[in-house]
Amino acid sequence: MRIRDHPILEFKRGKKIHFYFNGKKLYGYEGESISASIVANGIHVLSRSLRYKNPRGFFCGIGKCSSCLMNVDGIPNVRTCITPLKEGMEVRTQEGYADLPSVSFRGRKKKKIETDVLVIGAGPAGLTSAIEAAKQGVRVLLVDENPRIGGQLVKQTHKFFGSKEEFAGKRGIEIAEILGRKVQEDENIDVLLQTTAFGYYENGKDNFHLFGLVKRVDGEEEVYKVECKSAIFACGAMENMLVFPGNDLPGIYGAGGVQTLMNVYGILPGKKVLMVGSGNVGLIVSYQLLQAGAEVVCIVEAMPRIGGYHVHAAKVRRCGVPILTSHTIVEAKGKERVESAVIGRIDEKWNVIKGSEREIECDTICLAVGLSPSIKLIAQTGAEVRFIPEAGGYVALHNKFMETTKKGIFVAGDASGVEEASIAIVEGKIAGFSAAKFSLGERVEEKDIEKHLRRLNELRAGPFGERGRKAKEKILAMMERRRWDIRRTV
Amino acid sequence: MGYKEDGVISIDDLKLPNEEQLKKGVAIVECLENIPCNPCVEACPFGAITMRDLNDTPKVNYDKCTGCKRCIAVCPGLAIFVVKLEGEDALISLPYEFLPVPKKGDVVFALDREGKVRGNAKVEEVRKVGKTHIITIRTKKEDAMVVRNIRVVK
Repeated sequence: MRIRDHPILEFKRGKKIHFYFNGKKLYGYEGESISASIVANGIHVLSRSLRYKNPRGFFCGIGKCSSCLMNVDGIPNVRTCITPLKEGMEVRTQEGYADLPSVSFRGRKKKKIETDVLVIGAGPAGLTSAIEAAKQGVRVLLVDENPRIGGQLVKQTHKFFGSKEEFAGKRGIEIAEILGRKVQEDENIDVLLQTTAFGYYENGKDNFHLFGLVKRVDGEEEVYKVECKSAIFACGAMENMLVFPGNDLPGIYGAGGVQTLMNVYGILPGKKVLMVGSGNVGLIVSYQLLQAGAEVVCIVEAMPRIGGYHVHAAKVRRCGVPILTSHTIVEAKGKERVESAVIGRIDEKWNVIKGSEREIECDTICLAVGLSPSIKLIAQTGAEVRFIPEAGGYVALHNKFMETTKKGIFVAGDASGVEEASIAIVEGKIAGFSAAKFSLGERVEEKDIEKHLRRLNELRAGPFGERGRKAKEKILAMMERRRWDIRRTV
Repeated sequence: MGYKEDGVISIDDLKLPNEEQLKKGVAIVECLENIPCNPCVEACPFGAITMRDLNDTPKVNYDKCTGCKRCIAVCPGLAIFVVKLEGEDALISLPYEFLPVPKKGDVVFALDREGKVRGNAKVEEVRKVGKTHIITIRTKKEDAMVVRNIRVVK
């Protein structure tokens, strides 16, 4: 269902175009992703699980899960959520494992790019990284998998917290525009969108890193060999799954997936939504669902207290949405799509209290149960990765300058530990500055980044910043210990 | 149950202005947690909203506050309301980001902090700041600290 009127957003839809889904002619708009157009046509089963053939639907919307892999114009395993729809496209669901392509991949061009700093990810951290690095006079290449610049900012319709320097009071969509414009106007920065950094390679040269990139344009693929002096991973995080019976039914979305559909493409995922999780993401997305015209039946929270800011909770409460703390989802029911959900109260040991279960009618279940840093490619470079629960999972160890244990490889934002966007903005500035100096062969002193470090301390000082603060303390302590261990072995 | 459990604050959580201050109209800031945020302090032209540091909760000096409403739309938490008493009525200005947007003179439902209908209210003024509307409604005096939202009657 397409959203027509929205209090905050205007959806400028492109030309109406047709495509084929399993042979059936459907319509979508230019600028939409393939799977967004399919969902807008009321189709919710996008794939089937390999073993049990369970239906799977739209989940993450940013190319990080596997629910929407389809065969597009003969090419299998296309991530249809980040692939733009084109006139006349033939889209087919896949049965079991994908077939080898029936068409040959059209001539791939290979190009070599030399740059000083490669920035992977054009969200808040990546954008400020690129801007700050370019200020130091180095060449920057900024790449992102998505067709739009801004990372998750492009779907944040709410105003940001923080202070002026982090654009407090501005909506995420506006911040994406401001930073996106700066990046595009900067002569030192080249931007490649719809481009995936897929591998780290042996280079044979000291002081240079070699990455493989692939850019997808209209079914064509261009492969780039990127040689850089330093690289910044600002590749964000992916949504967590929750374990309960029926959790793979179409109609169960990650909160970010709902935001993508609703705020980027103007497509409502459903009419009646159960929100799982009352952290800021759960509360904000609930509010956005209400703004888009959906009903939020209730928000369940397993902890005895609301996880996010009270001000966000208050916004949904005064619209009449109940928040049930010490409650969880027990089961999702439905055949090919969510038809209802069973929720129940839980005790201190996280067991569902017998008799407290009740079934509520809903067509959509939105999971807002946290994020895990995206670290696979960082790990491949050889940077040391550790499990830090407070950071959201595995993260690359890094120092105050955001440099990992691998020389010249930097991290920033959620990829370095899941926190707020305001923090990602500041971390990006540090990483950008440090990576630029590294590629110039100049030393960075703590006093150079002192103002940013002070800012981070301020942003993390309150009770809601405690988790992030602890994560970073642990990471720094591990780095310190590691230095001593290395000295001893040498 | 407190606001950390159900998301609804009680009047006792707030430091309220006195009757005289309410008569001239003042900002009621329903922001009780230490979150790193300060646009309201920056937006106030009278220096009426202060914070010790970025994580402090905003404190309103009700003598300095003129009820100018400039803080309402800049608050990322949409947690600021301006309340003014006028005889037996209360004028409540609140941030509104939904459709349809009511017009001056419309009668709307006045909702409390749980979204329950407290009665009808008349729209006195509609301002637009960016994409946020500031709606001023006229309601009963006893609802001055109760009504915090509206719903347009369809």
